[in-house]
Amino acid sequence: MFGRLTLAAIPFDQPIPLITSLVVALALGGVAIWITRMKAWPYLWNEYITSTDHKKIGIMYIVLALVMLVRGFADGIMMRAQQAIAIGPSQGYLTPEHYNQIFTAHGTIMIFFVAMPFVIGFMNFVVPLQLGVRDVAFPTMNNVSFWLSASGALLVNLSLFLGEFARTGWLAFPPLSETQFSPGVGVDYYLVALQVSGVGTVLTAVNFVTTILKIRAPGMSYLRMPIFCWTALASNLLILAAFPVLTVVLAELMLDRYLGFHFFTNDGGGNSMLYMNLIWVWGHPEVYILVLPAFGIYSEIAATFSGKPLFGYRSMVFATLTICIISFMVWLHHFFTMGAGGDINAVFGIASMVIGVPTGVKIYNWLFTMYGGRVRFNVPVYYLIGFMLTFVVGGLTGVLLAIPPVDFVVHNSLFLVAHFHQVIIGGVVFALMAGYTYWFPKAFGFTLDERLGKAVFWCWFIGFHLAFMPSYLLGFWGATRRMQHIPDPSWAPFLAVEFVGAAIIGLGIVLTVVQLLYSIKTRDQRRDVTGDPWDGRTLEWLTLSPPPHYNFAVLPDVHGEEAYWTRKQTAIKMDQLIAEPDYKPIEMPINTPTGVIVAFFASVCGFAIIWYIWWLAILGLIGAFAIFVWYAWRDEHEHIIPVDEVRANARERRRIRMEHLHELSQST
Amino acid sequence: MKRERLHRLGAKGRIGVAALALLAAGCNRGVLDPIGPIAAQEKQLLINSTAIMLAIVIPTMIATVAFAFWFRRGNKKATYRPDWEYSGAIELVVWAIPALTIMLLGGITWIGSHDLDPGKPLKSNVPALRVDVVSLDWKWLFIYPDQGIATVNQLVVPAGTPVSFRLTSATVWNVFWVPQMGTMIYAMPRMTTRLNLQADKAGSYDGLSAHFSGDGFPGMQFKVQTLPADQFAMWAQGARGSAYKLDGPGYAQLSKPSSYVKPMTYGAVAPGLFDAIVSNRAPPSPVPSQQHNQPAPPAGV
Repeated sequence: MFGRLTLAAIPFDQPIPLITSLVVALALGGVAIWITRMKAWPYLWNEYITSTDHKKIGIMYIVLALVMLVRGFADGIMMRAQQAIAIGPSQGYLTPEHYNQIFTAHGTIMIFFVAMPFVIGFMNFVVPLQLGVRDVAFPTMNNVSFWLSASGALLVNLSLFLGEFARTGWLAFPPLSETQFSPGVGVDYYLVALQVSGVGTVLTAVNFVTTILKIRAPGMSYLRMPIFCWTALASNLLILAAFPVLTVVLAELMLDRYLGFHFFTNDGGGNSMLYMNLIWVWGHPEVYILVLPAFGIYSEIAATFSGKPLFGYRSMVFATLTICIISFMVWLHHFFTMGAGGDINAVFGIASMVIGVPTGVKIYNWLFTMYGGRVRFNVPVYYLIGFMLTFVVGGLTGVLLAIPPVDFVVHNSLFLVAHFHQVIIGGVVFALMAGYTYWFPKAFGFTLDERLGKAVFWCWFIGFHLAFMPSYLLGFWGATRRMQHIPDPSWAPFLAVEFVGAAIIGLGIVLTVVQLLYSIKTRDQRRDVTGDPWDGRTLEWLTLSPPPHYNFAVLPDVHGEEAYWTRKQTAIKMDQLIAEPDYKPIEMPINTPTGVIVAFFASVCGFAIIWYIWWLAILGLIGAFAIFVWYAWRDEHEHIIPVDEVRANARERRRIRMEHLHELSQST
Repeated sequence: MKRERLHRLGAKGRIGVAALALLAAGCNRGVLDPIGPIAAQEKQLLINSTAIMLAIVIPTMIATVAFAFWFRRGNKKATYRPDWEYSGAIELVVWAIPALTIMLLGGITWIGSHDLDPGKPLKSNVPALRVDVVSLDWKWLFIYPDQGIATVNQLVVPAGTPVSFRLTSATVWNVFWVPQMGTMIYAMPRMTTRLNLQADKAGSYDGLSAHFSGDGFPGMQFKVQTLPADQFAMWAQGARGSAYKLDGPGYAQLSKPSSYVKPMTYGAVAPGLFDAIVSNRAPPSPVPSQQHNQPAPPAGV
């Protein structure tokens, strides 16, 4: 009846996961009660859960990412604590079985359920606004994508309370992840969670590639698109090409585990090297899926806060597309130590280094964007400069890893761990925190507190360096990854420093929550009435904060690379706005519960597959399919926003903007 | 572990080690302290490439801080050029600097990848010692096919002699790594990798698995003993006297999962054992042995 699921699946003998599950359950219950008491369920249901508004979906993605960041960080600091204690005679407080689940969960969560939803959240929120349009190409599918990602996150977290998570490392290399060596449900949790969320990610990419290629404001030619849109396009093209590979390779591993196939097994003609190749054919572009939009965010921030256009815009676009293409030709550098031979290693090594050229160009272009500018040191600029300083060092160690004979002595060691944390924290996380600060007022109509924001930055910046720079040295001394126990007592001081660094990052995460709560409390002091709090240059700053559901009453006419800036300067010079256009009623897609119901059935189906409850799996599949059929036969697609409402809102916005621009023209 | 090593050193060495340990606990080990030609060349490459890149990374970092500071909004002395967004000359330079650096490093990479290819035999007047390495759950088996002996978690090699390794795994993936000897390499089931290394200094060094392989993984450490050539021959002779035999039953016993296994020696090895493991066949027939009651090898903790 319940497959492999028995009461024994609950870890009664392990206090850490059990107590954590109870605390999380209590917290969720508390939130649910609070929402009920506030009578906020209908609001949440209508404004967020069933929303097809790209902005709301973007916000939900970022909330998901922030919640999962807490989970991923908790895993991270537990690992740091274990390695700080379990040295020499001590075995620390985590058994290998538990520790191995933690580092697997840490990597899986941070990449798939923190970095990915965070980046996709920004693409959702920002891209249609920057393109000067009202929504993405497929609004309902957008909602489905989000809920499938959330479903994957749910399944990963469920493993804390029911059963176990994989003990294989975040890429689940076979044969270790085959039934022979990992008979438990851990790897099944991993596989199913990634398959479900992977569907969501591919749908997102379809949506955004279509949106960027087909739906732009009049006059917004390709070479007038803001750089963030370009990086979003490159990133989504990479998703489209790379994620299907992941889906296939994970499906093959599932066939091995569930139906006794022999893709990657030691016997029956399987070959685990095939998995290594396929997973990195996805895995390397994945890095650029994350970091390209991050580069986009930095570009927007560099231009806005320097009060100058981005230096070398076309060069940036070219660099982005170059990285996009070369990133598919370098996967073998993840296993130079397989000894594939001089020719192969050298070719892939050089290809990997070549990526350093367009990346270096980007760094210089940000540098020259600041040159001749008037740099305002708001929080996002702290992250920009922190990123530039951190990332060039991460790039240096990356090129070292790309030289095969150097890689031979640092690969798989803590040097590698230090390197990828340096580029992912210094590159991606700093961008996400910068973007969060930068676009927060656009989403909610008030800015975040600057002083707390700077404190958060310093926590991340100092914490990161303390937590990972010693790892470069430890790697040289022969410390490898994923050690539940440290053999060499002389490493102890360095591991202690790394623990302190992780704790400082933890303080930064706590301060992020404090900053949010404090900013909400004192929001009236920092209202963004103009919709343009940073003196922006791209179209999202043209509309109100928060923007109306339909973003723009009339789609803006775009002239030149900096659509909003040009318009703003003309208006300031003339001291008047463009003539009032002829408003028309606007059609917007209606809300739909399709996404949340599909995700519910997908979760049920996924859970059933993990535990071999076949009747429930079939039920879940039928349910998910049925809801699509039901959706396909819907009668109503859109609702009309009457012209009077559009006109009234637009006039109010024009009045505010006129006042603001008038002030600006007085001051210049 | 540390104490053991200290005993083996002379008084001078002991003071030296203590001083180094105080200065930067542990900087006398690992990749930065090579004991053989491969490791030494790799260290040199590491340092050279880092130096080449630092030559552009450090100025870039300084320029970042300097530009941001000088062009801060409050600085009246800085010229504001709100429309300056393109300069062909600068574009040329910013593409050229990384491109030239990468061309230089690319050349180093091409040469280094071929010179230091793990499978390439080392040039030497001395014939290479052959060692077959098998990773098991969770220990290392070293088979000496020419000597007919085998060891577990202890690799003994003659100093100044090239060592030619063949590696495989009997279970999951591992990486064979002796940081002070240089190149690490995968040990993969059903596959054979090749590695050629050499240690010139006699002594005791740390080796480990550098690729996660399951719950017993942290206990997959081993020791490398490098002995002067004549002492190695004596050691091999002595090892043949060990009562443990690595035949079918012996291998079956050894391949049971165990971790933190103490070093041990087998006095005889079934011929063709390594190939049998690679091709996933049953271990070959037992070694014709003189004594029947062979003791069971000690299990790990």
